[in-house]
Amino acid sequence: MLQPYLPLVFMFLLAGAFALFSVTAAPYIGPRRYNRAKLDAYECGIEPSPAPIVGGGRMPVAYYLTAMLFILFDIEMVFLYPFAVSADKLGLFGLVEIALFVATVGFAYAYVWRRGGLDWN
Amino acid sequence: MTTAELLADDPIWLILIKVVGIFAFLVVMTLFMINWERKVVARMQQRPGPNRVGPNGWLQSLADGLKLAFKEDIRPVLADKWVFFLAPVISCIPAFVAFSVIPIGGEVSIFGERTALQLVDLPVGVLVVLACSSVGVYGIVLSGWASGSPYPLLGALRSAAQVISYEIAMGLSIVGVVMFSHSMSTSDIVKAQGNLWFVVLLFPSFAIYVISMVGETNRAPFDLPEAESELVGGFHTEYSSLKFALFFLAEYVNMVTVSALASTLFLGGYQTPFGLGSLWSGFDNGWFGLVWFVAKTLFFLFVFIWLRGTLPRMRYDQFMRLGWKVLVPISLVWIVAVALVRALNNSGEFSQQQFLIILGVVLGVLVLLSLLLPDRKVEEDPNAVPITGGGFPVPPLDLEVPKAPTRRTPVVANLPKEPVAVTASKEASDGDV
Repeated sequence: MLQPYLPLVFMFLLAGAFALFSVTAAPYIGPRRYNRAKLDAYECGIEPSPAPIVGGGRMPVAYYLTAMLFILFDIEMVFLYPFAVSADKLGLFGLVEIALFVATVGFAYAYVWRRGGLDWN
Repeated sequence: MTTAELLADDPIWLILIKVVGIFAFLVVMTLFMINWERKVVARMQQRPGPNRVGPNGWLQSLADGLKLAFKEDIRPVLADKWVFFLAPVISCIPAFVAFSVIPIGGEVSIFGERTALQLVDLPVGVLVVLACSSVGVYGIVLSGWASGSPYPLLGALRSAAQVISYEIAMGLSIVGVVMFSHSMSTSDIVKAQGNLWFVVLLFPSFAIYVISMVGETNRAPFDLPEAESELVGGFHTEYSSLKFALFFLAEYVNMVTVSALASTLFLGGYQTPFGLGSLWSGFDNGWFGLVWFVAKTLFFLFVFIWLRGTLPRMRYDQFMRLGWKVLVPISLVWIVAVALVRALNNSGEFSQQQFLIILGVVLGVLVLLSLLLPDRKVEEDPNAVPITGGGFPVPPLDLEVPKAPTRRTPVVANLPKEPVAVTASKEASDGDV
């Protein structure tokens, strides 16, 4: 049953092998002349900012909101696909259902818009 | 015989040939595209562009790629070792896998074996492309996070937010196409466009797709993650040598993939354009389909370059507003409109093609009119900086110079005592870094 997916696996393996080979080989092919400045975080030549990013680093909360909204709308999008495939078979019933569905999501969308969830400042 | 059945009895050697062929095609397209982009942008800016390496400079990107391989591979001390190492791989693999569902040609025979010029034909073909582009975001976010440096982190977050925002618009624009083809399989979508391309039938979907494919691949005018003046190089600032090359490769392969998907969904994929098939039946040959397909894909790739040569970069809030407040509602309304038209058509009252084209034109006119609406009036701020006749803001005459902020003291976190191969005399002669 999964046989049609076999070429995808081959493609995955080839691309993976190529990429892994590249990242593994990179340190051995190139020269190795390190110094402290080279290994520091790159901030255009000034002293790197003191807070270590990995671990204790913080990031703007707006990105989390975008991620949550993405999940919401992505799921909505995925629900629309099965409807789209069989839209003609479902006929008027499908049309009414999808209009209700989009209206429901549209209501939530209008709420987010009104609360400023889509603004970026 | 459907494409899926045709592909199901492919022997292993044929699958391997196709895999290697598509891989090579994508790499060659990347090398070609980098060069082509530089040349076209150069033409637009009245300069020659690369013209030294190879005939007319066409081997420039190959030379650049080889040069990158022999550059020093740097891993910053603050970087997370394994994630930093794996991030280029994670962003590279889905870029290649996404292309495998694209039909690049019609039915042909290779060494006596009847087959279609397509690696796989899945009933969920379009979803594979969307899924792969979502997984590619992991590579971006992880590379930025693992670099242990502020610019890559900000660039990665921007990039991820951008890709996922525009992916919604992209996915919604595809729904209209699926409604007409009754299938998500890419080869069925191409076959459903035998009479009329979806670009005519579903023009608003096409417009939304083209805009969001530029946003999705982080290209100009939406290349905010790489805004040099703000973020240095974006998420791959700390990467060098072949690791950087992999990110570059992934970006260009993604461009090729979205362009190929655009021609599959809206321009009839490998089908002969403009009724040329009636002139000479050889045009409909499977191998000739490859030519049409590449031509259509190159058209979209040219659009990418054209946009980059023409438009200035957008501001981030403008960009997010376009994605969330313009493209998403328009696509939702358009989907409901298409569903309505199809239902009416099935009840046999209208000719849906006329109806849809008229609707598309009306929608286009509405969008154009909305651009003419005046902006909201901004309240005059009495404390605002006055603007002189020349249009430049000048500071007020009684300007107080603000007190300089106290300087932060740098904290050196977890630096090893003596980095690997450092020569003390060299460092001393360079001055303290």
